[in-house]
Formats: sequence, C-alpha cells, structure tokens
Amino acid sequence: MALERLRAAGLMGPILALACEIVIFGSLAPRFATTRNFLLIAEQAMEIATLAIGQTLIILVAGIDLANGVVMVLASIVMAKLAVAGVPVVLAVVAGVAVSAAFGLAEGLLVAIVELPPFIVTLGFFNVAMALALLISGEASIINLPPALLALGDTVSVGGTDVPVGILVMLAVLLVTWYALRETAWGRHMYALGDNLPAARLSGIRVNRVLISAYVTAGIIYAVAALLLLGRTTVGNPDAGETANLESITAAVIGGISLFGGRGSIVGPVLGAFIVGALENGLTIIGVDALYQDIAIGLLVIAAVILDRLQRGRSR
Amino acid sequence: MSAAEARAAPDYDAAPVYQARGLVKRYGRVTALDGADFELYRGEILAIVGDNGAGKSTLIKILSGVIAPDAGELWLDGAHVHLRNPLHARELGIETVYQDLALAPGLDITSNLFLGREERMPGILGGLFRKLNKRSMQRQAAAHMSSLKIGIRSMAQAVETLSGGQRQGVAIARAVSWGRRIVIMDEPTAALGVQESGMVLELIRTVRARGVPVVVISHSLPQVFAVADRIQVMRLGRRVGIGFPSRDSMDDVVAMITGARAGEAEWRPAKVVSSA
Repeated sequence: MALERLRAAGLMGPILALACEIVIFGSLAPRFATTRNFLLIAEQAMEIATLAIGQTLIILVAGIDLANGVVMVLASIVMAKLAVAGVPVVLAVVAGVAVSAAFGLAEGLLVAIVELPPFIVTLGFFNVAMALALLISGEASIINLPPALLALGDTVSVGGTDVPVGILVMLAVLLVTWYALRETAWGRHMYALGDNLPAARLSGIRVNRVLISAYVTAGIIYAVAALLLLGRTTVGNPDAGETANLESITAAVIGGISLFGGRGSIVGPVLGAFIVGALENGLTIIGVDALYQDIAIGLLVIAAVILDRLQRGRSR
Repeated sequence: MSAAEARAAPDYDAAPVYQARGLVKRYGRVTALDGADFELYRGEILAIVGDNGAGKSTLIKILSGVIAPDAGELWLDGAHVHLRNPLHARELGIETVYQDLALAPGLDITSNLFLGREERMPGILGGLFRKLNKRSMQRQAAAHMSSLKIGIRSMAQAVETLSGGQRQGVAIARAVSWGRRIVIMDEPTAALGVQESGMVLELIRTVRARGVPVVVISHSLPQVFAVADRIQVMRLGRRVGIGFPSRDSMDDVVAMITGARAGEAEWRPAKVVSSA
C-alpha cells in the first residue's frame, strides 16, 4: 500500500536512484556513507532543493521559471544592502521577500492576464533581476553582514549531531507546500490547471488567480532560498546563482515532475536536488573530474525525461 | 410500469424547460445557424441529429453558453435568459458534458467530481488550515456513482486509469451531481465500443429517471433510436424536422437529414403552450 502510493506519486524512481547512489558510492568509498558527509551533501543541496520547490509550483501549472536563481540573488542583495545600511534585519528580510514576491506577481500577471509564454516572461525577468542585483550591489560583494541575517547558516544540535538550521528550514518549506498541494483546494486546483486548463476553467476554478498565486508563492520561497544562500556564503554576492535556474529544473525533472504540468509530487524535486548533490559529491570522492560529473548529470536528466515519457505512454 | 419509469415519461403538456427561437450565428460569410428553433421538455431525452455542418455543434454551443448568438432568444423555464459564458449557464443549472474537455486525467475520481466546489473540514482545520474533507467527499462520490449505477470500485483512482466508457461515466456523473436542471451531452459515445456505448446509453436513461432532461448530439442513428424520446433534425442551420422513434423509421429521419423529405419543423405538443 505504501509502495503503491509512492509509485502513484512518481517517487519510486527518485528513491531508487538515491538508494543506488548510496550503495554504489558507499561501497567504493567508505567516506561517502557517513553522517558528516550526508550533512555536507544536504547543505550543498538545500538551496537548489528550495529553489526547486518554487520551480515545481510553477511547472505544475504548466509554466517554467528561468529567473528563480537570479531572483534569489537579487533578494539576497536587497537584504544584505539594507542590513549593512543599518536597517533592522527583520525589515531587510521583509524587503527581500517583497522584492522576490513582486517578481512572482509580475510574472504571474503577464502569464495569466496577458497570456505570454512563461519561458519568455521569466527569461526577460532573468535579465532584469540580474542587472538589478549588479546595480544595487555596485557589482561588488556585500560583506560584514549582521549575524542575524546569516542565521540559516548556523547549526543546531539534534541528538548530538550538528545539523544546519538551513536544512530544517528547507524541510519546513517542503512540509508546508506538501500540505497545501495535497490537502487544500488550492493544491487540487494547481494540479487540475496544469493537467487540463479548459476543464479547470469550466469547473469554475478562478484560473488566473491560481496561476498568479503559484508565481507569487514561488517568489516567497525564493526569498527563503536567498536567506539560505546568505547563511552559507556569509556575503551578498551579485554574481551567484546564474545557473541555479537550470539546476532547479534539473532537480524537478529528476524528481519526477512532468514539464507538461499537472503531474508529480513536491517531494520529488527535493529528492532530485539530493540525487544531483550526492552524485557530484560521490564522484568527487572517488576522484572523477568535474566535467565528467556534468556529463553524468546531463545524462541523468535525459534518463528521467525518458522515464516520464514512458510512464505517460503506459497510462494513456 | 415502475414509479421511476412513470416519472421518466416526457411531459409534453407542460411548458418547455428550455427553449430557443430564431437562433442565428454567422462566422464571416458562413452562416452556421440560420434561424434555428429548439425546445426541451420535462422528462425527455432529446437527440439532435444532422449532417456535418448542419449546425448541431453551434446550436449546442449557444445552449451551453460557449458562444452568443447573433440573433434569437432563449428561455429557461419560461424566463428569458442571456447566457454570458459556460459558467453562467452552469450556475443556471445547465450542465454540459464536453467530448474531451471535462476532466483532469491526472486527478482521482473524487477530485474530478468535486473540482471547483470542494468541501472543507469543519472548524479550525477547514477554516484556518483550509483542509479538505477528503473522506466526506469520497463517501459522497461513491454514493453518487452507485446511485447512477456506474460500477467503479475505488474513487481514489486517477481518471486516466479508467476506460473510455468509465471516464464518460465520471463526466456525466459530474454533470448531474448537485441536482442540475438540464444536461447536454456532445457525442457521449463517439470514442466508445459497443458495450461501453450501451453502458453510457443506460446512464442517460438513469439521468432522465432522476428527473433531469437530457439533450444528446449523436451521429449514430441506431443509438439515437435506442435512447431518445424525440429527435430534432438539423439541416443547413435550421431545424427541418422532428422525429419520434416510436412513430418514425430510421429511413424517415435519414430522409430529413439529407433533405430528401421535408419534416414538420414546427411540431407542437398536443396541448399547444404559448411560449413567452
């Protein structure tokens, strides 16, 4: 029954992939399968995992977000700049969340009301957000950030192990979105909308409202990723995050999210981020060159899409 | 005759439930509807037949609020109506089962039946946390499906795992849930095999037995003769005749469809009821 549910949610593939990695790398390098190393993988994967949760909300409603990485960076720059200028950290964070959510709102409005393709809209905002981050930061890293702004980089002791706060925050974001997608009408409507837009519209679902809310919610989640980024790097770096959009899409696809929309569990992209993280980490430990790692990840994505296609073929 | 069947008999003495007069719809220089009329009576299954381009689809689209006519008028239970859009038609109790558009294939049966009108948990769980009452919806869905004699065991199945006939069953069940006034079906058996078509025809009769009149568009005259109480024949954008399976032969209806024979386009029930 539990297995059947996992299969139905499309999580069997990602879980098996992660298990294979642990078995293979674990047997090749004893150093791989240790708590310390797993926490390291998690720490490296949590930003992409968080971005991928937001990305997935947008993919579920048959969109795609090419701007999420740079929006995260812009939000982190806004927070850092304000905090360094003496604005209370709480207000600086609120401003960062507002900027990030505003990007989501603008994207959502253009996609829903003006009916522009999400690919084009978010490509445009990719450039806008990147340029704004460089302008606001003066093309330089913002340093000497107040400790409160870096709180998500701290660790807490859980049963004697030092666990990064960021991981717990990422899991909290996952839990909330999982609940919203599974247990509320909003979640049902997100899936229905991505699955069959005319049917959703005829059912009386306020389609535009749901679409826009997906982009805004994703924007708020990207601001959380910004805090994770600040916590990990301790500086506001305007040059970060340019490839995070593709990495988050990779995580979503590997996690069993259909790029056609309306399919997949929100747990999948988080697993996907960990699968990529573990693959990079494992290959590094056994001494494989970084470029070969990129080849491996690329092939993994293609394999995941083939799997998605095969599953869709079977169900039709 | 059982009570249900008695109730199911068409009532041609009462005023029409739904009525249209002189519908005109033009697309550029093409006239899709050229003054078409329509009546639907309580307790009846009305089939709309006609060749391709006769105006069947355009008529159905106007009746279900998808498009607005260039001219002509609609009455619902004797009251003049202007349908703004399909949602407005639905609010007035006119439910349409579209050929492909009706369901979200990835969602389960319950979610599809309740889509857009979900039920939340009572108290703080539903109020603050917006939690859906899945169990209650599941129960209602199962009861509703079995009352329509649609044999699907699990309401938690994704619609895409169902057969074509079962999907059509879910779509029809959705349309007749919540006590709707009229159900319109666009080619409900188009993609189905013989056995599944039979199942859907039976379901159409069940819907009528619940007191909901049904309008069916169909290409299949044998099916029309098997299920309909009355047949409206369309040709060149107008109603050219009305047939009764109990009175006319299939050849008579074919003759009206092809224009070989003129029908009685202005048929009125025995007791003529003035409209509007």
